[in-house]
Amino acid sequence: MHELAIVEGVVDQVTTRLPEARIRSVRLEIGALSGVVPDALRFCFDLATEGTTMEGASLEITEMPGRCRCRSCGGEFSPEGLILLCPCGSADVEVLSGQELKIASVGVA
Amino acid sequence: MCGTCGCAHQTITLEQKILARNDELAARNRDWLAQRGVLAINLMSSPGAGKTTLLERTARDLGLVLSVIEGDQETALDASRISAAGCKVVQINTGAGCHLDAAMVAGALTELDPPALSVLMIENVGNLVCPALFDLGETARVVISSVTEGDDKPAKYPHMFARADLVLVNKTDLLPYLDFDLARHAADIKRLSPAAQILEVSAVTGSGMADWYSWLLRPPARG
Repeated sequence: MHELAIVEGVVDQVTTRLPEARIRSVRLEIGALSGVVPDALRFCFDLATEGTTMEGASLEITEMPGRCRCRSCGGEFSPEGLILLCPCGSADVEVLSGQELKIASVGVA
Repeated sequence: MCGTCGCAHQTITLEQKILARNDELAARNRDWLAQRGVLAINLMSSPGAGKTTLLERTARDLGLVLSVIEGDQETALDASRISAAGCKVVQINTGAGCHLDAAMVAGALTELDPPALSVLMIENVGNLVCPALFDLGETARVVISSVTEGDDKPAKYPHMFARADLVLVNKTDLLPYLDFDLARHAADIKRLSPAAQILEVSAVTGSGMADWYSWLLRPPARG
């Protein structure tokens, strides 16, 4: 389960950036095409934050929908699932959003 | 001050990538490898697809001293096999970890010290899910999909195949005994990664391996 490594990445980034702060809340942006499952992140969050300045913090996850532009027909579309196929049939597409794995903000005491 | 309740809480905007640390280390690995002209392949597949067998045969057929980083949860079984094939090898046991990351590879590079203009094979942990997310600093990503796994694996594990530069369809000597649709398998890969090349090989009989060696000696530039 790579979500544990993802949450450890969050703890590492936040505690390095704000070493003195007591973290009360964390807001993440997770793209629908990122390969990371929000429920699995929630599952390991308490474990990964235990004993850090983030222990007890609440976790808010904003799921970012997938959006693509087709290089063949130029149209934009929302992919169904993870197969990025334009309604015109082309698989030559550019991902505009949905791959986010980002720490948007934290709340501190 | 908190806008909701007026308490002393404060919201700090970070807008930071979660994998920033891994990506930084991967970029450092990539620079380090490029300076030495080392071709680094991140070799990924499910367990038992034939990564180690492919590496053994590749080293023997080409007469190359490959540098190999072996990733497994436990044991040095694969490192022993690779070492017996005449390669320099470092085994990484990830324990509970399900993938290699850039920091593990950085440590292994220091230990292996691959010579200039050589080939480095990074045999990732057998897993079609987690390794897809972690950039190691490799030159190219090669996914082995063996025919005994079934032709639906690209559709079921899209992240892995979407990032592949090359897919090796392995164990093709077993095709007569299996219901495996090569065309469906290839079409699904192309839907996920239009630029990916697909080669059919058998690391046991050697069939198709010459195409893999041609690719390895002249891999396409990564987009």
